[in-house]
Amino acid sequence: MTEAFDVAVVGAGPAGMAAAVAAGERGLRVVLVDAGRRTGGQYWRRPTDDAEPDARFADLHRRLAALGDAVRHVAGQQVWFVEAGEPHALHLSPTVDAAIDVDLAPDADRAPARVEARALVLCPGGYDRQLPVPGWTLPGVMAAGGVQALLKASGTLAGSRAVVAGTGPFLLPVAAGLLRAGAEVVALCEAGSPSGWARTPRGVAAVPGKAAEAAAYAATLARHRVRLRTRTVVTEVRGDDHVTSVRLGRLDRQGRLRPGDGVEVEADLVALGWGFTSSLELLTAVGAATRVDDDGSLVVVVDDGQRTDVPGVLAAGEATGVGGADLAVAEGELAGLTAARDAGCAVDEARVRSVRRTVRRHRAFAAAMHRAHPVPAGWREWLRPDTVVCRCEEVTAGEVRTACDDLGAADARTVKLLTRCGMGWCQGRVCGYATAALAAPAGATPSADDLRSVARRSLAAPVSLGELARGVDGEDD
Amino acid sequence: MTDRLDLTLDGAPLTARPGQSVGAALTEAGVRSWRTTRRGGRPRGLFCGIGVCFDCLLVVDGVPNQRACLVPARDGMRLETTPRELGGSDD
Repeated sequence: MTEAFDVAVVGAGPAGMAAAVAAGERGLRVVLVDAGRRTGGQYWRRPTDDAEPDARFADLHRRLAALGDAVRHVAGQQVWFVEAGEPHALHLSPTVDAAIDVDLAPDADRAPARVEARALVLCPGGYDRQLPVPGWTLPGVMAAGGVQALLKASGTLAGSRAVVAGTGPFLLPVAAGLLRAGAEVVALCEAGSPSGWARTPRGVAAVPGKAAEAAAYAATLARHRVRLRTRTVVTEVRGDDHVTSVRLGRLDRQGRLRPGDGVEVEADLVALGWGFTSSLELLTAVGAATRVDDDGSLVVVVDDGQRTDVPGVLAAGEATGVGGADLAVAEGELAGLTAARDAGCAVDEARVRSVRRTVRRHRAFAAAMHRAHPVPAGWREWLRPDTVVCRCEEVTAGEVRTACDDLGAADARTVKLLTRCGMGWCQGRVCGYATAALAAPAGATPSADDLRSVARRSLAAPVSLGELARGVDGEDD
Repeated sequence: MTDRLDLTLDGAPLTARPGQSVGAALTEAGVRSWRTTRRGGRPRGLFCGIGVCFDCLLVVDGVPNQRACLVPARDGMRLETTPRELGGSDD
């Protein structure tokens, strides 16, 4: 079953909701496809439909509802394949197997298997960037975003004595959330140094709301007497079949481990995050140009209307550069306005200019944030030969080293082919950055080409052979 | 709607709240791992928590390779840990 639309928006987080609203309000027929059951994405995840929403979410939610049939929300469906063309086509499959989700997803049997649209607005978001560390495959070690998702979705605490570590401002809400839910945060470790913010005061000053947000988290931390340990990293996670403790180390100004400063801390939960990785599956699949952003992550290149270099394909939110929900909402609106204008609809040019200014202001803030929270230069120093890099295929740092040093692998793609690093279930989503970094010359950050080779995935989501066979000619009956 | 769902994990009772994912219910029950890796035979459970990493795979109502972090808990659901041999073998 194929359904046709003017615009297909993928991802119903802040960017996608804003894009769907902007395009829908200008008269376009929109489909909003999302893997989740409810709109909001990761950022506006909430336990129930009646949970007290964020004001920005409430506004977009109300406007989406007011658009009625003009915006079709296809929930619980992931895009596993995209074909760019005139029109573009998206192939969908249920996020959770329909056989076990029967009475929970009443929409599932009515969801189209394929949608066509003249324009695509891709807002796939992102997820925590990870760096391997000895012991990080032990149960009880989680991505910071996963710990937060459990809290937001059902108030579930993943542990009672938590270490939150990595880099970036996102560690603060995770620690604050754990404290509010009743956990103890035994260490909050930031690899960078907040004084780094002083280097780009103009970027920070441009978005004063962010300072207020940070102050609120700081107040929660202070109330629970949790201090931010700067230039501190987890160098080892210990335990037999579960985390029981972590080893903390201190970094020097160059981001290298200071010898002899380590301390051991007992914990049953470790939340790790090193900034974010943008989800680029669909964007690389259509061949959109990519670049390395200030944080070292691969992101898609867009013009000042959120267009990629592929005709009719736009992008908004974390895919164009990690910058948070306010930036995502502004980019989403801009993408929706551009799609409407490109389709011949009347668009308020003053509004376009205003949204564009908002995007520029938040971009400047994001750049300042990225520069203050780099991946520390010395992170490879705490790897051991038996440290797992690729969690799926259980490929170790020693095996990657051998591929580079003894077998002559000089790029991430060759490392993958020789070791299967990044070739498991997650297709390198978790270890891609680390694999690219380990394939780079000593001390260098991953190149754009290496990041591209670990970001390319022929299928954007796992599908059954049956779905694959049905999808080949675009027919499913 | 009932405020308590009754599931089983390898036949043992497990309760969940409506709206909770299977992964959240297991976590609240103190279960931290339910899969064994193919190569090293190591325990795994939730890692990314948002459907990206596939570490939390388990069998749900007989359907293998389901992400515990994404599957909503339902009354009567039968969960099974994934034994090593089901994941296939490399060696």
